[in-house]
Amino acid sequence: MSSNQKIVNAVAEYLDHISKVLPDDVVKALTRLRAEEKNKAALSVYDTMFRNMELAEELGKPLCQDTGIVQFKVVCGQDHPAIGEIGESLKEAVIKATKEAPLRPNCIETFDEINTGDNTGTGAPTIWWDIEPGRSDLEIYVYLAGGGCSLPGIAKVFMPGQGYEVIAPFAAERVTEMGLNACPPLFVGVGIGNSIETAAMNSKLALMRDIDSSNDNPNVAALEKELEEKLNYIGIGPQGLGGSSSVMGVNIVNTVRHPATLAVAVSFGCWCHRRGVISFDKDLNYSSKTHTKFAK
Amino acid sequence: MIETINEKKVITTPVTDEDIRSLKAGDVFYLTGDVLTGRDEVHKKTLREAGGFPADLRGGVIYHAGPIVREKEDGSFEMVSIGPTTSMRMEDFEPDFIKKTGVKIIVGKGGMGDKTAEACKELCVIHCAAPAGCAVIGAASVKEISGVYWPELGMPEAVWHLKVREFGPLIVTIDSEGCNYYKEKKREYTARRVEMLSESETK
Repeated sequence: MSSNQKIVNAVAEYLDHISKVLPDDVVKALTRLRAEEKNKAALSVYDTMFRNMELAEELGKPLCQDTGIVQFKVVCGQDHPAIGEIGESLKEAVIKATKEAPLRPNCIETFDEINTGDNTGTGAPTIWWDIEPGRSDLEIYVYLAGGGCSLPGIAKVFMPGQGYEVIAPFAAERVTEMGLNACPPLFVGVGIGNSIETAAMNSKLALMRDIDSSNDNPNVAALEKELEEKLNYIGIGPQGLGGSSSVMGVNIVNTVRHPATLAVAVSFGCWCHRRGVISFDKDLNYSSKTHTKFAK
Repeated sequence: MIETINEKKVITTPVTDEDIRSLKAGDVFYLTGDVLTGRDEVHKKTLREAGGFPADLRGGVIYHAGPIVREKEDGSFEMVSIGPTTSMRMEDFEPDFIKKTGVKIIVGKGGMGDKTAEACKELCVIHCAAPAGCAVIGAASVKEISGVYWPELGMPEAVWHLKVREFGPLIVTIDSEGCNYYKEKKREYTARRVEMLSESETK
């Protein structure tokens, strides 16, 4: 089999899997929130969610009908032998998974307003690249970006004088204004940077990180914890109907700012947070550290 | 018609005004009978075109949803996954949509706004929320897809005619008196947000 075909098959199989089985960290977070939940109606919502997870796996059907627009972040070793074929392979994998899983076709060509029917199109699937010198492996982060949780995404450039205190009210207002419809308990990704797109990209990368992980900088890690507690105090609960929590977790990814700017972005993941990492070695053997049930 | 089956309140279509009036914000029920899907484009097209909605919705149910459907070899359709989409996106169109179609039950995700609440009160209609992200359970209640209208809008946006049995649990979010459950909840959350932020300022 050609290396192109190997990647197509593996990624298509992985897309199929992550549309039907949640990553280990998300299941763990939902299990914890369900155990801590005190509201009776919220508990029955959790029961429905867990029943849906069981049925999706058992029947081999996508957990949610909105299988999103497929987004990839490719971290590719400079010496990986298949480096030149990855982009095309990912596109083919999306087309294959759309037919086989099946995934819902979600790509609308803007202004033409036509659904392309196969989840590819201008700029789709989304592919972000990192080329890593001195490495020969390949890691592909995969995210099914659903509409419901993409809708509340927001970014703004603040003046540095306003300080990092702007983050909590900025995120909290979005949670109460738009979060109820984004399928809570939410996963909150906060991005900090110098301009609108660096902050926005960082906020998406925050959603790629494990829910249980912490920022390397202890001050930022403390802010992650503080934001989580504050948002949970609001208590929008599962489905926004009220409960003991609002979020599965808060991750912050930060890069430098300009002396004159403080850009902040918030991206949201729904409770059905379908993302994972598939890792290949140079011979294209693969596995997934986020999905222990993913078979080779 | 409303009946209680295995301790579940089940409503069978077509729905009467009497059925609608008996449901209050916060109540939980299930639906059996005919349900038609329609979201963003369907609302716009229904209002724009003289012929309106492509099926009879009087006493009927519109479901804000874009399913995954598989076409079988014999040309019939299989429901793979179906769940609600954010109803609030339809807020600007919903009052006129209700007037034009005579729909009685709107099913979707989350709540809707004042315009829909007023139309619900005026025309004896309810909005209710289905469990979101639980699309396999949703598909299990679909017994048959009896047809599709406007397929040119694409799979998520087309009008799918579904035969459902005990579809739910559905929570009434706006009742026929205009009571808006999510709006009340939102007020609560906003109050706690303001409280939380003012506490951290005084620290």
